[in-house]
Amino acid sequence: MLDQLKDKVNADAALVRRGRFLSTQFLIEAGPAQWLVDIVEGKIASIAKGPFVMPSWSFALRAPREEWQKFWSAAPPPGCNDLMALIKRRMLKVDGDVHLFMANLRYFKESLEKMRAERVAA
Amino acid sequence: MKADFEPIIGRYMNLDLSRRSHRIYVEEAGQGAPLLCLHTAGSDGRQYRGLMNDSRITANHRVIAFDMPWHGKSSPPAGWHEEEYRLTSAQYTAMILDVMAALELDRPIVMGCSIGGRIALHLALDHPERFKAIIGLQAGAHVDPYYDLDYLHRPDVHGGEMAGAIVSGLVGPDAPAKERWETLWHYMQGGPGVFKGDLYFYKVDGDIRDRVSRIDTRRCPLFLLSGEYDYSCTPEETLAVAAGIPGCEVTIMKGLGHFPMSENPEAFIGQLMPVLDKISRLAAPR
Repeated sequence: MLDQLKDKVNADAALVRRGRFLSTQFLIEAGPAQWLVDIVEGKIASIAKGPFVMPSWSFALRAPREEWQKFWSAAPPPGCNDLMALIKRRMLKVDGDVHLFMANLRYFKESLEKMRAERVAA
Repeated sequence: MKADFEPIIGRYMNLDLSRRSHRIYVEEAGQGAPLLCLHTAGSDGRQYRGLMNDSRITANHRVIAFDMPWHGKSSPPAGWHEEEYRLTSAQYTAMILDVMAALELDRPIVMGCSIGGRIALHLALDHPERFKAIIGLQAGAHVDPYYDLDYLHRPDVHGGEMAGAIVSGLVGPDAPAKERWETLWHYMQGGPGVFKGDLYFYKVDGDIRDRVSRIDTRRCPLFLLSGEYDYSCTPEETLAVAAGIPGCEVTIMKGLGHFPMSENPEAFIGQLMPVLDKISRLAAPR
């Protein structure tokens, strides 16, 4: 599900520049599936797929698999188009160091939106 | 190369609001029926640049937008550095009526978005005789906080980056990139704690759920327009308000978000024109 996240984020020089003060590991959960994303100075150094025995992370983003699928669809429906929209609907839970997530909110929003399917011109 | 001036004229005015002297920036364009425009929380009157630059609107309307105190090019009042800014329903209502009096606007159409849409409901309820018509954009009766508002104003988080990132998803998916990022830039420029202070009205003090159904549209016509992609004030919330007010007309705007006039002026004007046409045909009051 997150196979291409690393390459897509690292290929966006402006995004990496905005994240240059950010180094952390965070967890993404889609239903039972988990990934640990390791960010070093705005670049994704690695993404490991769970299950994990003793994962260490600063914060975790947890949502049902179908919510992520809608979020990553080419044209997400209303309420599914943004991480804050998922939070408002109580579908996305942020655990742990929420401060780090909020202080870098634009970086995390735009990184995760990289996984969105391309919109096909009508 | 010759300067390509827009038809918008901006000026500063000095007036007392809530018994304190203020320096307020106000801009306008066009001639005809006065259309007083109220910006969203944490932003300023530039949100209405698309309307002021569109001759379909300005041919028959004098479009006026002022920056609220603390916002845009309006200053906070003297002494601001010692206080926490918090907008209340009473201050907001008085500010609008005082600005109208200062500008000698007789029964303007008032149009507000988000907090401006909420205060439009308050005005419809408490001062209907002062307006020819009231247009609420992204207007709901109440919004519960869905994130910790303290992140908007603390020294270890950049307030401008935070405000822009918080609201970025509220822009609809069809917004042209230029207008989307212009809209977000206004948010990124807000003064420390100002967006948060506005949200005190939006999420706490301005709750009008228990009174909103008492709005009488026979005293002043009420139009509500909401963008489909707004998750702060959802279309369902606007529809719920409209359902409780006989005579209230509601439009759900496809593809638009929380900042219709700023994020996508062209699409918004297409939705607004029929409303303005209808208002222009209204009979004069008794």
